[in-house]
This record gives sequence, C-alpha cells and structure tokens, in this order.
Amino acid sequence: MSDRVPGAASEPGGLPPEQLPSASGPLTGTRPAEVPPAPRSNQLMREILRGSVATTVLAIVASMIVGGILIAVTNEDVQKASGYFFARPQDTFAAIWQAVAGGYYALFQGAVINPEADTFEKVIRPLTNTLGFAAPLIAAGLGVALAFRSGLFNIGARGQMLVACAVAALASFELDLPMWIHLPLTIVAGIVGGALWGAIAGLLKARTGAHEVIVTIMLNYVALYLVRWLIRTPGLLQKPGSNQPISMATPDTAQFPSLFGDQFPLLNWGFPAVVVATVIVWWLIEHSSLGFRLRAVGENPNAARAAGISVQRMYVYAMLFAGGLAGLAGMNQILGSVTTGFGDGIDAGIGFDAITVALLGRSRAWGTFWAGLLFGALKAGSFTMQAAQSIPVDIVLVVESLIVLFIAAPPLVRTIFFLPKDDSERSAGKRARLARRRERDDEHKAVAS
Amino acid sequence: MKLELRGVTKRFGSLVANDHIDLELRSGEIHALLGENGAGKSTLMNVLYGLYQADEGEILLDGVPQHFRGPGDAIAAGIGMVHQHFMLIPVFTVAENLMLGHEETRALGSLDIAAARRRVIELAERFGFRIDPDARVGDLPVGVQQRVEIIKALARDAKILIFDEPTAVLTPQETDEFMAIMRQLRDEGTAIVFITHKLREVREVADRITVVRLGTIIGEASPAASNTELASMMVGRAVELTVQKEPPRVGEGGLQVRGLRVLAADGTVVVDDADFDVRPGEVLAIAGVQGNGQTELAEAIVGLQDRVTGSITLGGQELVGRSVRDVLDAGVGFVPEDRQEDGLVGTFTVAENLILDRSADARFRTVGTIRRRVLDAFARAKITEFDIRTQGPSSPAGALSGGNQQKVVIARELSRELKLLLASQPTRGVDVGSIEFIHKRIVATRDAGVPVIVVSTELDEVVALADRIAVMYRGAIVGIVPADTPRDVLGLMMAGENPTEDAA
Repeated sequence: MSDRVPGAASEPGGLPPEQLPSASGPLTGTRPAEVPPAPRSNQLMREILRGSVATTVLAIVASMIVGGILIAVTNEDVQKASGYFFARPQDTFAAIWQAVAGGYYALFQGAVINPEADTFEKVIRPLTNTLGFAAPLIAAGLGVALAFRSGLFNIGARGQMLVACAVAALASFELDLPMWIHLPLTIVAGIVGGALWGAIAGLLKARTGAHEVIVTIMLNYVALYLVRWLIRTPGLLQKPGSNQPISMATPDTAQFPSLFGDQFPLLNWGFPAVVVATVIVWWLIEHSSLGFRLRAVGENPNAARAAGISVQRMYVYAMLFAGGLAGLAGMNQILGSVTTGFGDGIDAGIGFDAITVALLGRSRAWGTFWAGLLFGALKAGSFTMQAAQSIPVDIVLVVESLIVLFIAAPPLVRTIFFLPKDDSERSAGKRARLARRRERDDEHKAVAS
Repeated sequence: MKLELRGVTKRFGSLVANDHIDLELRSGEIHALLGENGAGKSTLMNVLYGLYQADEGEILLDGVPQHFRGPGDAIAAGIGMVHQHFMLIPVFTVAENLMLGHEETRALGSLDIAAARRRVIELAERFGFRIDPDARVGDLPVGVQQRVEIIKALARDAKILIFDEPTAVLTPQETDEFMAIMRQLRDEGTAIVFITHKLREVREVADRITVVRLGTIIGEASPAASNTELASMMVGRAVELTVQKEPPRVGEGGLQVRGLRVLAADGTVVVDDADFDVRPGEVLAIAGVQGNGQTELAEAIVGLQDRVTGSITLGGQELVGRSVRDVLDAGVGFVPEDRQEDGLVGTFTVAENLILDRSADARFRTVGTIRRRVLDAFARAKITEFDIRTQGPSSPAGALSGGNQQKVVIARELSRELKLLLASQPTRGVDVGSIEFIHKRIVATRDAGVPVIVVSTELDEVVALADRIAVMYRGAIVGIVPADTPRDVLGLMMAGENPTEDAA
C-alpha cells in the first residue's frame, strides 16, 4: 500500500494545496495566490458582527451592573457601613443604594439632561455636551467599521487623525480667507490627509501582503513623531512666539461655528457633518455597488477574486475611506474642541476608542452612530460623576471596557441572561425545516402526478 | 461486542434531527449509514460519540445502558470517531498527534515521544499501513492524514470506529486504499460505522446498509441493491442516475488552448504544455487524479493564476494576461471546485451571491446603488428556475445545503450570456437529487451551443457528461479520447500511461 498519491510531488513538502482539506478544516493549506489571506482575526470579527442587538443591549446592562458593584465597593460610606454590617445591615444597603443610584443619576445629569438646573439651556446643556463628545468618536468609529466590513483591522485611526490635523494645519492655518471657503478647504485638506495616510496601509497590504494591523500600528508611531517634529519646529507648525510643542491656533474663519449658540459650547457644526458622514457610509456599505464589493472582499476574498473583484483595489479603497473618516474626526478636534493650537495628544485616545465604538456598533453605520453617542454620553457624564459623587473617572472607563468585553464574548452574555441557541444551531434548524418542506412538496408532486 | 441504539431522539428546538432511531452494530461488521446531506447521520453519530446528549432513547453496550457526557466517556467505552475534517495539529509529527490528549511523560514531565513512536509503528504494522511517525502531519497527503486519525482512534483501543464522510476528501486511489483498510479493520474484529452518501462505496464495502432520511430510518438495504434502488430510498423518489443526452452538434470556433504552461508560486510547473480545443456544443471533460494540474489549468483560463505562458483564445480573443474581470466579461462562466472557498460568500444572501460577479452591471446598479428591487425579482426568478431550496432571496447562502449552494453558483454563472462554461467538480459534496439537476443543466448549456469544460475527479461524472475526455497527469495532458473509452484505459491514463497512443 503506497502512502503517496501518484502525481503528488515526490517530496511531501511540494504537496499541491488542493490536496489539503479546505480552509474550513483545521489543516488549512496556504494558497499560492498573491491575494493576502483573510486575517485570522476575521473569525473573531464575524463572531462579534453576528451578535444580535439583544446581545449588545444585554452587554451594556451587564456592564452597568458590574460598574454598579464597583461604585458600591469603592464608596467610602459603603465601606464604613459594612464595618458594622451584622449589627445594622440596612445601613449598608442604604449606603449601596445611595452610592449606585447617586452615581448613575450623576451620569444621567451629566450626559442627558440636568433636571435641577434653573434655565432651559442649562437643563439640556448636558445633552449637547454628549453630542459634542460623540462627534469625533462616531467619525473615527465609522472609519474603523468600514475597514472591518472590508476585512481589515484598522488600528491606525490615531495616526490618520494626527496626520489629518497636521495636513489641515499646514494647508490652511496661515491663510486669510472668508469662512465660507476657509472652513471647507480646511476640512477637505484634513480628510485628504487622513485618507492618504490610511491608503499607505491599504497599498502595503494590497501590494505586499503586509498585515494591516502591524502596518497601521507602526504608522501610528510614524505619524506621532512626525507631528511632534512639525509642531516643535519653528516656521513649520509651531505656535509663533512659543517654544512648546504646540501648533499655531486654528484661525477663527476655519472653526466650526457653534450650532445653537454659545450656551452650548461643545456642540458645533462638526456634529451635523458627522451625521452626513454616517448617512454616506451607510449608503456606501449597505447599498452601493462599491460597498457590495468591499463587503464581498471582507467576507470571502477568495470568492470575491474568483468573481472578478480586484481584492487589492478594494483594500486600498477601504483604507482610503477609513483614513478620510478618521481625518474628519481630527477636524472635529482641531476645528471644534481644541482651537488654541494642538499638541501631539490631539487624538485624545479617540483613535483607539473608535475601535471599541465600531465593535459596539457591530460595524454598521448607524450602530456605530449610536455606539458613539453612548460613549460620548459616558465621557460627558464621567465628569459629573466625579464632581458630584467623587466617583473616580476610572470607574466609567471600566464600564466602557466591560461593555466591549461582554460584546466580544457573546456566549458569556448568553449564559448570564440564559439566552439559548447560537447561530450554528439556528441555521441547522433552518436547514432541517427546509428539508422537511421539500419532502412535503415532493409528496404533493407525487400525489398530483 | 454489540452496540445498540434504541429509540434515540435528538431535537434542536422545534426541529427533530433524529427521530426514534434504532440501530445495531456488531463486531466484525461494516455498517453503512446512507443518506443525503442533512438527513441526520452526523447528528446521530455525534450522539453516539457523546458530543450531543440524546433527548430520548438509550445507548446499550453489550446490553448495559451507557451515559456519555462527552467524547471522553465514549472513548473510554471503546468508541472512536474519524471526523470529516481531521482533528490533527498540522505542525506536530504523527507521533505527537497520537499522544495528544493523553501524553505519557517520563521524569520531570518530559514527553515520552519514543513510546508514542513505538505505538505508531506497532499499530501501523498490525494493520499494514506505512506511516512515518516523525513526519509532520501538515506535509502528508490527505489519505495518509486520515490514517493518522484512524491510528489515533485505534491507539485508544477503539472497538467501534465511526467514519464521518471519510471519502469526501480522498482521491479515487486513496478511497480504494481506505476501503481496503476498512475491510482489514473489520476482519480484525472492529465494528465500523461508515457514513456516506456515495452509493458505489457503500455497495462495495458495506455488510449492512441503513438508509436515513430526514432524521428517521427508512429501512435496511442489501449491499446487492442497485444504485438506482439505493438512491431512490435516500431521496424518497425515483432518481435518474444516467444523464440523457443527444449526440453533440458541434460548431466552429470556441476555445483554443495552445502551449499553456502554468508555474506555481514556488516555480514548479503545474500545467505543462497543454494543447486542446473545445468547440461550441461539446463537453470536454478533464479527468485525472486530484492534484495533477486540473485546478491550475481551470484557474489559468479564468485568470486566477499569475505565472501563465502560452495562449488561450476564446472566439479569437486572447485571454492570457487578462484580469479575471475581463475574462468573465469575455463570456466565461466559472464554477470553482470549492464553492465555499471560491464560489460563494457564505454570509451574503442568496440574492447577493447571485450577482457576486455582476455588482457593476447596469442592470443591477443605478447611480452607484444596487437596485434591490431588480435584484430581488432576479433572485426569485433564478430560485424558481434552478430549484434552489431556500426560504427566500434574503436568507444567507451559507445556511443552504451543499447541493443548493452549488445550484446558486451554477445559476449565477448560467444567467449570463456565455461563450464558455468551465465547471470544476460541479457535483462534489452534492446530494443525489441535485447532481441529477446540475448534470441536466450542464447538458442543456452544451445543447445551446456553448463550449463546456467539466473538470472532475469522479470517473462516473466524466463518463456521464463528456463528449471527449482529456486526461491529465502531472500537469500534462496524457491524451484526449472519445467518451466511450473503456474505464480501465482511462484508469491507466490517469496513472500516466497512454495505451491509445499507438493506435492513434
């Protein structure tokens, strides 16, 4: 009995790939094609993307519960009361209630409306703060989500934001133009800057098969030090008359005007711009023919290639769009939040929060929008939580992180809330029902004939 | 040793995957479980192997009820399973894979590889395999990997072996060798459950045949039953296994391939100087053992291979060096051999998959937007025309059975104006009912005056569809022979000899 197939190369290493089981099996053969293989992380991505809305909501609920426990545990009154728990347990419970309810009320007060304020403007100001904080998160989140849908893990939103800010500043901060042309010009410059920076990663992936995670992470560093150098060098971007690493101030004519007046300092025209971006991304991914190809590449690059779709080109496009959206986030920062000159920390962690926001929004355009709003609310509310209830900001960050953790582990949430069934079982059920229907049809046909 | 399943019922929600199944296995017997994809064969065996818990019924081993809470219990009771997709670690050697899960150690916890190697050699000798215990599993051909799986099961003293669709990944030769191994195991006293939907194999090797359909046992069949009888039992209606076709009405033009050479990424020649024509109205079948260059030949025609020299002309148009998009636009319909890998996007809907290669078509696009309504109507029409059993255009293609997934691919390719149809392994892993349908459509395409190339490793399929047969061996075309060439001659050609050469 021979243990080799005739026709197979004589040395076992030269075995043709199609003799190995298909990629769904554990022995994945590498394909000779020049298309870079789908990232291994796709599996995780799919798992996350396929989670239901219910899972997402429950993940938020679960993390709020754990957050509540943390608030209670770290609260001084609770600690004091628990010292004599067995003498007067009701004191402990009262303190826990006070701490948790007070904490979440402060969050609500800081993020949605403040019922205790005396004027209408002050009542709804927290909501506008939330929208203001959310705008760059949504924009950058859309960029990450779009790349996700095209099968790319874009960790580079930070670098793309930084480059966008630098390009916008270089292109237009020293110009003296009327607002109707200065503002759009600056925005476009920023978006183009971010897009080109993103496209570098896309090109490297498409041409050489370099893994986009590594490339984008490294490009983040390149961007960081490049921008740091720019804002430290007099005559380039450094603020005139300063020796600090800070850029010149954003000219008034290039700033986003406030949306509803100065009572709402954080909400400016950057937010409507982000809403428009959300609509465009939604159309692009879900309804456009280009988005169809991007998604096809994201889900199965091999099938996309066999169907005549240029996988390389789609990778470049995806990163171009992703970078442009991160650029828009950067514009929200320097044309809205920080107008007195930016440092190398202008991204304010948004580039990484964007990944979280995109995951929470399951990489759908509107999902990302709502997720960005939630994160904006948590950010806005965290300040009041700290001020009013002296709850450390870190607890809010813990809640944020827990949301992602629960979302990334749908089986965990399903177990906690006793949700049965996962997708594979559901589809197995579907198949069997179909088979049954087919059986019935055939019987009918037989009877009829 | 006698294993009995009594009234085993397994439900998934409202679905009954196994409905009161009674089954009996005895030592020294090959028991074939025959049924279409999705009939519940694998579920039943997963219950037996402890992967699922039965909702009702019991498993008796020599009359003693068993309660398997997991595969560990089943293994301890002497049940081994060889899955369709192997549970091996490719970077480990055969011996390392063998010891996986019950590693023996020496002092200080170092692994006792030597013991595992001895065990491999001992078992291989007992059953007459040849396996190098130090070979890396990832480097071995699939047939040998399967033997590693078998040895793994035997190493844990399996008295009952379950093979889940073992031949799906094997070449015809490997299948023959595998069947010899099964017989030998049987003669040594192992009870074997052989899950399959391939009739030929069942008739050749099984001592008893149980037919399963839609979760219930339809009955027992004799190994002497004819293919048609078995197929009818499986599908539940009369099935036509032979393809009815008229003599070809061959036209002029079509596809000309001259001096085609394809190099793999590592520089080895995978298609060597291939010359052939396919004229409108005929089916050229490309036969050969898997891995002899057929895949690369097909991919080269479609433009999926990079290092191609020579010439491929279709209706006078040169295809070498053109992009896949251009080749498809030139009128080539391509059914890839691995539909899940290259043919479909599993998470896309049936409708989306039906236009996977036409998303930029004016018919389905207006101002950059996919026309959902047109697409939906188109998909509904194709679902009816190609008898795709699905809940609707918007259910995910990945949830369909293999046969229906293949029908989606075929429907997509046949819904364009074709100048060439190139179908690789069009019925691999497809149930009997769908095979019949797909073959009819291929013949209808031929009769419409389109040149057709069918690449297949199944000799039955080659003989059924072909007007002429090209046999490939080690990248070269050994010869092109008429469809009525005897099978033994084709077999010789597939091994590289050309008995017809002198005559021709």
